[in-house]
Order: sequence, then C-alpha cells, then structure tokens
Amino acid sequence: MKLTIEYYAQLRDEAGCSKETIETRCNNPAALFTELNSRHGFSLTSAQLRVAINDEFANWDSPLAENDRLVFMPPMAGG
Amino acid sequence: MFALVENPTDIARLQHDLSDRAAGGFVAFEGWVRDHNDGRQVLKLAYQAYPALAVKEGEKVVVEALDKYDIIKAACVHRTGMLEIGELAVWVGVSSAHREAAFAACRYIIDEIKVRVPIWKKEYYITGDSGWVDCEACAKHGHIHAHEEHK
Repeated sequence: MKLTIEYYAQLRDEAGCSKETIETRCNNPAALFTELNSRHGFSLTSAQLRVAINDEFANWDSPLAENDRLVFMPPMAGG
Repeated sequence: MFALVENPTDIARLQHDLSDRAAGGFVAFEGWVRDHNDGRQVLKLAYQAYPALAVKEGEKVVVEALDKYDIIKAACVHRTGMLEIGELAVWVGVSSAHREAAFAACRYIIDEIKVRVPIWKKEYYITGDSGWVDCEACAKHGHIHAHEEHK
C-alpha cells in the first residue's frame, strides 16, 4: 500500500526530508513507525510521539488505507 | 477563532474583533520570545507547525473555552517561522461580562494550546548551536506550575 509520511521538528531533521511517499505492508502506525525508524534512526520513541492520519489524531493501532497521509508528532512545544 | 500567522499581527485589530456591547472586560495573554531557557542564552526561535491539524485543534480549544466559561468572544493567534527576542509568539484574547470568566478562559486556552496543538520550537543559542525544545522539560514545568496554583 502507498502512504505519505510528513515530518516536523526533530523528526524532519533526522529524516532529512519534510515528506516521503513509501510502499509498505504495515497495517498500522505502530508497525509503520518501527519500519521508518529502522531506516532513519529517530531519537524519539513511539512512546514520546503522537500520530495523525489524514489530519486527525489517531491511535497506534488505527488501520491504514491506501494513500493515507501520516504524521508522527513529537511532544508539542508551542506557546 | 484560532490562526497561525507568519508575520507580526495587528493586536489592536484582534482586540477590536472581540469587542461587544455586552462585554464588561477583556483579558489577553501574550507569549513573548525570551533571551534564555533552561539556563542557556537564546538568540532567536523558530516555530514550526503542522498547519492542518494545528488550526483544527486550536479551534477546538477556543470552542471548548466558549462552552466551559461564561465569556462572549475568544481568539488565539500563534506565530510560525523565525522570531527574534521580544517578539510576540502567541496571543490569546477573551471578552466577557465579568472578569473572573475571562481570566479563567484565557488561562485555559493558553494551557491547552501549549500541550495539544502541534507546534514546535527550535532554539538558536548564543553558542552557535540550536536545538528543538526538550518537551519532557516542558511537561515537567507544566506540572510544577499546576502545583503552585494550589498553594
């Protein structure tokens, strides 16, 4: 299945890109993060992140569908 | 109303938009860029937002404040991009008939925005290096403040 991942903050720096489209067999965000982490070596663990699918907060076991857009979010630091 | 803005914003206009004949008071909170954090000298900050979700979640926080408190209007504007020391990073304004609700709602909005809206800041230090703000420390500070309130 084809998915688009957008990166922000330290994850963007570590991935070296703001966005990538990948082909994967992962069927939830938890599995997908593990796969991406093995390639990018992120400094944050999934326990420190939140995930969004198509601009909505989602769960780590939410199902994924073709062409979904995912964002893994470091702890918020606005204000 | 919640908005992300890339440039300095007209505070007088924001305040005017919250005016109302039934309002007896107005409270604002301004978050400014300070020259230090966690014992380090800071030169400037860069704010990065995940715009689609930040606006959605920010709007939700403002609507919650309107539901929870007896206020008339509320708004929040957050800057993105590079900010210099002293610049306005975030602005929250609330108008209400009486001051108690306006103070409480303003506090609610800024507290929720900081922990729920996907915005991140990178600090540029006087020593030449930079780093994304350690958010575990933010969480800890928030916890300490919550306790101080009960004293």
